[in-house]
Amino acid sequence: MKKFAIFALTATTALTQPALAELLDVEKDELKFGFIKLTDMAPLAVAYENGYFEDEGLFVTLEAQANWKVLLDGVIDGQLDGAHMLAGQPLAATIGFGTEAHIITPFSMDLNGNGITVSNEIWEQMKPHVPLMDDGKPQHPISAASLKPVVEAYADQGKPFNMGMVFPVSTHNYELRYWLAAGGLEPGYYSQENISGQIGADVLLSVTPPPQMPATMEAGTIYGYCVGEPWNQQAVFKGIGVPVITDYELWKNNPEKVFGLSAEFQEANPNTTIAITKALIRAAMWLDENDNANRPEAVEILSRSEYVGADYEVIANSMTGTFEYEKGDKREVPDFNVFFRYNATYPYYSDAVWYLTQMRRWGQIADAKPDSWYDEVATSVYKPAIYLEAAKSLIDDGLATEDMFDFASDGYKAPTPAEDVIDGIGYDGKAPNAYLDSLPIGLKGDQTVVGNEVKG
Amino acid sequence: MTAIDPSELSQAEAKEARRTKLFTRINKADAWFQVLGLSWMTPVLKAVAGDNPQAQFKEIWRLLGVPLLAIAGFLFVWSALAPTVQTSLGAIPGPTQVWEQVGNLHADHLRERDKEAAFYVRQDERNAKLVAAGKADKVKERTYTGKPTYYDQIWTSIQTVFFGFLIGSAIAIPLGIAGGLSPTANAAMNPLIQIFKPVSPLAWLPIVTMVVSAVYVTNDGMFTKSFLNSAITVTLCSLWPTLINTSLGVASIDKDLVNVSKVLKMNTYTKITKLVLPSALPLIFTGLRLSLGVGWMVLIAAEMLAQNPGLGKFVWDEFQNGSSQSLAKIMVAVFTIGIIGFLLDRVMFALQSLLTFSENR
Repeated sequence: MKKFAIFALTATTALTQPALAELLDVEKDELKFGFIKLTDMAPLAVAYENGYFEDEGLFVTLEAQANWKVLLDGVIDGQLDGAHMLAGQPLAATIGFGTEAHIITPFSMDLNGNGITVSNEIWEQMKPHVPLMDDGKPQHPISAASLKPVVEAYADQGKPFNMGMVFPVSTHNYELRYWLAAGGLEPGYYSQENISGQIGADVLLSVTPPPQMPATMEAGTIYGYCVGEPWNQQAVFKGIGVPVITDYELWKNNPEKVFGLSAEFQEANPNTTIAITKALIRAAMWLDENDNANRPEAVEILSRSEYVGADYEVIANSMTGTFEYEKGDKREVPDFNVFFRYNATYPYYSDAVWYLTQMRRWGQIADAKPDSWYDEVATSVYKPAIYLEAAKSLIDDGLATEDMFDFASDGYKAPTPAEDVIDGIGYDGKAPNAYLDSLPIGLKGDQTVVGNEVKG
Repeated sequence: MTAIDPSELSQAEAKEARRTKLFTRINKADAWFQVLGLSWMTPVLKAVAGDNPQAQFKEIWRLLGVPLLAIAGFLFVWSALAPTVQTSLGAIPGPTQVWEQVGNLHADHLRERDKEAAFYVRQDERNAKLVAAGKADKVKERTYTGKPTYYDQIWTSIQTVFFGFLIGSAIAIPLGIAGGLSPTANAAMNPLIQIFKPVSPLAWLPIVTMVVSAVYVTNDGMFTKSFLNSAITVTLCSLWPTLINTSLGVASIDKDLVNVSKVLKMNTYTKITKLVLPSALPLIFTGLRLSLGVGWMVLIAAEMLAQNPGLGKFVWDEFQNGSSQSLAKIMVAVFTIGIIGFLLDRVMFALQSLLTFSENR
């Protein structure tokens, strides 16, 4: 079936592109990539299992990493040639928040794919404040406003309200903060002296590696968390928690993981980088082909112990177009995981700028920066040129068609309309400072965090 | 009593002689059975050879029946109690589920080997095509890059533990000899030994990791960093039993022997090789056996933390996977670790019996 599809594709483009292109002359063909056990590493697993890496003359070893810090250090010191990364990691490393190193990305791995889960205990206390639909089920999206009374009750008893996220510069940290702030809760600020991110916080956020989230919540250390799949569905299956919102409902088609490699590696191995990108684009195409027709096969691959390793049913729950909230409350979310549609793989500058605005919003970037600075950082980290070159090469090989890629873009996505975001605040990547000013909670203008308060 | 046929008599004599010979052989073999942990073989053989069956049966019951019954009892209690404990990953697996996972892991191994074979077939085809197209310079021979299977993990663990153990022994035995021969050296080493001996591998590991990544900077060296990290951690923890036992063994050599060496005016080297080592060997081996046991125990913890390929990482990965099979797979690993630990100890014991002269041989 797959062969037939490729054959059909080749047939349609055969008129314009007669010869099958030669293999790229790769500089380094034995590569080691790191990943974290999350479903959005799928493009890497698929590119390996379906032989796309081999087709490009690449011999790849995939290795699961213990946590995001170990993974980033591996890429920086050269133990790993590249890795499945949080979008914030290449940006933070490049601007020197945390370990400083110039990391670039030629490929975005997916859109959406995260969720926020709270423990059963918290859900019981939240539920009375959640509006219900006619059939008695909770109405989604659930705002953090319904969590607010619970947090206040904990504060009255003098108990800290702890939640987990996966890394200080992770999408999950920013999404959890976005959700809390949109519901009127303070998620806390970072300052240069205090990088706990808990200055002035109503909800105390701390770091836990993704696969350990369910166990940590079960142990009572945290009351809820924001993490990628399958760790939200795992909580449902284990009966220890309830996912309250997906990031698709938070911000429709938000950018998620990227494939990161060091700038040094790219300079030394330009053809290899293009070959990697080609294999990854093919994997992403396969994952979204024919309305997710290949997803069950992808889930089987991911459920192997060397990749994500969770049970087939748990991974399938979110990968095949549905999402289970409360046990039994399974709803259609066809775009929960997007790997290729909507130009998901294009590394847009505007995606980079959004992450930078969130770093500024919560004080990870201590001082105000002009709009031009955001653009400069974005263009030094996100490399659409490499991506488009790989896309062209795929078109030449007869494996893709021109209309599949956004060749017309200047690298910035069209502004996100207000209705696509939970708090109704639109986002335009070309005007980061104006965007920051439009957010009610968070640093804006020249504000800085000094000691324990916001100044300016 | 009538006349006895002399030929019959000599036949009976010969039979008796064969019998005695057989029993001597069985008794000799007994020493080896003991080493291999198969001591129940002796009474079985004796019974087969026709020794008083009742006495042998009693022995067989004690050496084979009781242990088997204990294992059966353990399996019974395990399978009865396991399903009553519900975890968030499902009930604790019983013996059957664990045995199923043994099959799964083996099937996994076979599947991975098939994939490997397919990879080499593809590579050969590709290379043949390149040669046919006159591009022989582009032919590439690459090794397969699949995941390590369970057997690979076991093999890595064994390699790591022996590497660490050999380094440890290479350091500990000379130091131990020095400490045993010279009271001054002993006084110098003693406080350090006492302080470092009780330190857990978990405390050594971060230091080892930082030192290794600072000192061992090449990325394409013989060993990977994670391998060195866990091997060196094993070294640091398995050093002490050998060191202490060696110095004790050397210090307690018979005074007469030492006097003889003085009379013969032996130099230090001959003294050590001809006198000290042979007489201290039993205790050195006791130390080595303890060291290897400690090293194996430490290794699993080190691999877990250092994310070094091996059984420890297998356990950690399965814990992280959190699938319904994870607990059973972890239990497979627990049994594997136990059995290998037992075998390592037996190997050392066998070596010890081969190389030393003790009372029982």
